[in-house]
Amino acid sequence: MNISNQEHHQDLQHIKQMMERSSRFISLSGLSGITAGTCALVGAYFARNIIISSKDTELIDLNDKFYDTSSYGKISIVDFMGNKLFHIAIITFVAAFCLSFIFTYLRSKKTNTQLWGTTSRRLAFNVMIPMVVGGIYLFKLIQNGEYGVIAPGCLIFYGLSLINAAKYTLGEVKYLGYLQLILGVINLWFIGYGLYFWAIGFGVLHIIYGIFMWNKYERN
Amino acid sequence: MNPIQNLNKTFDNRIRLGIMSALMVNDDINFNDLKELLQITDGNLASHIKGLEDAGYIKVQKGFIGRKTNTTYAATKAGEKAFKQHIEALEQMINNSK
Repeated sequence: MNISNQEHHQDLQHIKQMMERSSRFISLSGLSGITAGTCALVGAYFARNIIISSKDTELIDLNDKFYDTSSYGKISIVDFMGNKLFHIAIITFVAAFCLSFIFTYLRSKKTNTQLWGTTSRRLAFNVMIPMVVGGIYLFKLIQNGEYGVIAPGCLIFYGLSLINAAKYTLGEVKYLGYLQLILGVINLWFIGYGLYFWAIGFGVLHIIYGIFMWNKYERN
Repeated sequence: MNPIQNLNKTFDNRIRLGIMSALMVNDDINFNDLKELLQITDGNLASHIKGLEDAGYIKVQKGFIGRKTNTTYAATKAGEKAFKQHIEALEQMINNSK
């Protein structure tokens, strides 16, 4: 390759890089995926122990209210908020969010991009649309006592979020999204095993995705 | 025809190339985001923006966010066309020499 040709090649590389950097938030770290997945598995483990060991307390409590004719099909928000499984879910989410935030923060230092700039704001907004709407919808289902479809619902709405987000960050996210969708849909025919599907989707898939992305973009 | 004639002199610079690339994939971008993307000084960026504006390849929109001025830039139709031609010319040159 002669010199001017090499320059043309570099020009094209530069164009491609600038297009990517200006339109996508590229600092999502694979390590964030791995930590989020690990948090999910730990959370699922505690949730499973509670379900097994306290069959006679909170859950049955909720079911009693569910079958109680006076409040048939409805549970109060207070009952729901007081449920131990709900506490685990919140702690898991906060821990996963904070820990993955750290790695993405470090990555943004390395790639020299703003953590809260136009691209990350656009990404956050597009992730939020299916997540918030999904959250409200699932909340309504819980209120009506439809516990069985909550876990598949989480996976499905999360999958849609990721697919929606893929245009605004590293494109590989969309494959993670498709897998979550497939898992969520399969789960609809295995109601009652939600926790296991949940652990595979939010735990195992995140870890595999994280390792793959770390290996591809951050290894050196 | 020698494809070198299709290379656009206006884009014969990494910064202007960067500005146009970013404007091709975004509806509009403000001054500070461009500055962060390209990692250059205000003066340097302003002069290249002026160059592209004079060529008719980008348009400036002045607006406000609250009281602060917010100047955004967008590619014009002519700019998009010229930039696409430039990319095609670059690709052609590389392919021809293989």
